[in-house]
Amino acid sequence: MKYVDEFRDATIAQKLINRIQRFKFNRKVRFMEVCGSHTVAIYKSGMRNLLPDIDLISGPGCPVCVTSALDIDRTIQLTRMPDTILATFGDMIRVPGSSSSLQNEISQGAEVKVVYSSYDALKIAEDNPGKRVVFLAVGFETTSPTIAAAILQAEKKGLENFSILSYHKLIPPAMKALLTGEQVHIDGFICPGHVSVIIGSKPYEFIPQQYHLPAAITGFEPVDILHALFMMMAQIKENRPAVEIPYSRAVKPEGNPMAIQRLYEVFEPSEAKWRGLGVIADSGLKLRRRFQKYDATQYYDLSVAESSDPPGCECGSILKGLKKPSECPLFASVCNPSRPIGPCMVSSEGSCAAAYKYG
Amino acid sequence: MEEKRILLSHGSGGTMARDLIDQYVVKHFENPILNLLNDQAVFPTSSSRLAFTTDSYVVDPIFFPGGDIGKLAICGTVNDLAVCGATPQYLSCSFMIEEGFLFSDLEKILLSMKEACKEAGVKIVTGDTKVVNRGSLDKIFINTAGVGSLEEGLSISGNKALVGDKVLITGFLGDHEIAIISKRENLGFVTHVQSDVAPMNGIVKALLQKGLGSRLHAMRDPTRGGLATVLNEIAAQSQIGVIIEEDKIPVREEVKGACEILGFDPLYLANEGKLVIFLDSQKAEEVLSVIKKTRYGSDAQIIGEVIAEPKGKVLMRTGIGGTRIVDMLATEQFPRIC
Repeated sequence: MKYVDEFRDATIAQKLINRIQRFKFNRKVRFMEVCGSHTVAIYKSGMRNLLPDIDLISGPGCPVCVTSALDIDRTIQLTRMPDTILATFGDMIRVPGSSSSLQNEISQGAEVKVVYSSYDALKIAEDNPGKRVVFLAVGFETTSPTIAAAILQAEKKGLENFSILSYHKLIPPAMKALLTGEQVHIDGFICPGHVSVIIGSKPYEFIPQQYHLPAAITGFEPVDILHALFMMMAQIKENRPAVEIPYSRAVKPEGNPMAIQRLYEVFEPSEAKWRGLGVIADSGLKLRRRFQKYDATQYYDLSVAESSDPPGCECGSILKGLKKPSECPLFASVCNPSRPIGPCMVSSEGSCAAAYKYG
Repeated sequence: MEEKRILLSHGSGGTMARDLIDQYVVKHFENPILNLLNDQAVFPTSSSRLAFTTDSYVVDPIFFPGGDIGKLAICGTVNDLAVCGATPQYLSCSFMIEEGFLFSDLEKILLSMKEACKEAGVKIVTGDTKVVNRGSLDKIFINTAGVGSLEEGLSISGNKALVGDKVLITGFLGDHEIAIISKRENLGFVTHVQSDVAPMNGIVKALLQKGLGSRLHAMRDPTRGGLATVLNEIAAQSQIGVIIEEDKIPVREEVKGACEILGFDPLYLANEGKLVIFLDSQKAEEVLSVIKKTRYGSDAQIIGEVIAEPKGKVLMRTGIGGTRIVDMLATEQFPRIC
């Protein structure tokens, strides 16, 4: 397959591995990826055991995983309301809240429809004029512009029964929170490829400028990731931290200005609660005043009791890179993909699910 | 003119039911045993050991590129018999039909079942038809059961894989599931991939005829859960490890592309016309060349081998030379694919 095979090429991969191995820092270098697709790609390629001098740690890169238990409980509460259809991406279905999951609610009659895009949710709203259709808006900057486009479309069509629960998250503020928190030692960030297609490289400039650390925006094939690791190792060696873009076939420094424009036409930054990281200022997205009528919380009372993570579950520490999945006492014993306890085991892009599946 | 539809009374046991059976089912499946229309089939057997299996088919959509629910219902059961080395002979067939189902669609399904039976060399010798109220089930479900005779001395079973065995797959992975998914309405996804649904007893017969039966240790058809699930099942049952080579696993470019878009792994996709075989390494090349000459085996590949450790686990050497675990499928990627 063109543009895929080249980036899985064993000879090129081996050359990069050899060059990476030539850097010697007399310690393990720790790079964090903050994108679930990178987590899966790293596990799937089996590259960890080819890079003994590098520790690859997973951060808060899976939108399902970072959604707080409270927000899951609110969503479940919403599906119990009359004449309501919840449209959601499939990964959210199995995430356990404090006492139930969407999957469980479906078995008891809740109307939940799995969609591949927010436009599918609009279609459901058009087809069901007698019901309120709520789209569970979860995701990073990759998906949020498409939700913004759906809202603009709903406005254009005059759709009155469509609204969203906005649990969107923004990635750079979470990266900053991790560096500020100083709990976890990071030598550099593998920046997310898809998110960066939208936001470009500027939002990561604080990493070299304020924290003097390397960063590389890269794609999802083994050669992409190895290329990023090589660039960051070179930055450390030459003491010239910067944001580099090995994924230049998809990412431009300025990102996608039209998508950004749409995104901020509809949404504005707001504080958001992340699982594991807690509340982070300006790391979420709320609808601007002009689009208030598409905010589902206007129509429903979603007050639920404050909930905590399941006892023993280390998803919070794992999302911060403080622990590895195998260091959680529940991992693989009580918590597995068939019976997940925490969200990192539910989502196919969660670090625990990836570690379990490909470990 | 309004198309003729199946009514509740076609399942009543009265004359309309009789018409449905005579004019549709028996018309296409006719053979001396079925034609007697007794409550059971009585048939002779030459073998002291029989293999027996059953499966229900609920695939959605019922007509898909490369096949339909009828062909699937024959091939699925034939393949479940063939994987222990049995020669499939007699099948039962039960239809559960939703009121209002088109006779023309039923006829299409019956014809394709007839065709599949002919190719596999099996007879439908007994059956049943039920009609349920509209909405009680989706269009049509089919159950088939089958018996096959087993040669003396054959002992192919999931717990018989041995350290050093080679692992072989008879062709491209994932065609069935991608063909089904491409037809699901909400994906808006176009592909020309056809389901691989086919009877596998021809391949097994060719191997038995060459006297290679005793060299086959474990065999299974990688349906739901795909290759990864079958390998894990056999690793657990035989208490051995398996290592496969990513580069050697046959996957069509179109299927690879669909997997990239949908986030699937071809190792977990369902197949309806493939065999995974664990076999004596000394005869591996011979088995491969016999299979390659059969109708459905031209793309067969040896993809890996059995290792002593880690027991019960499946490993894969990745394209870039790393190693990773290949785990069982935890939950279905898509429901109702067969």
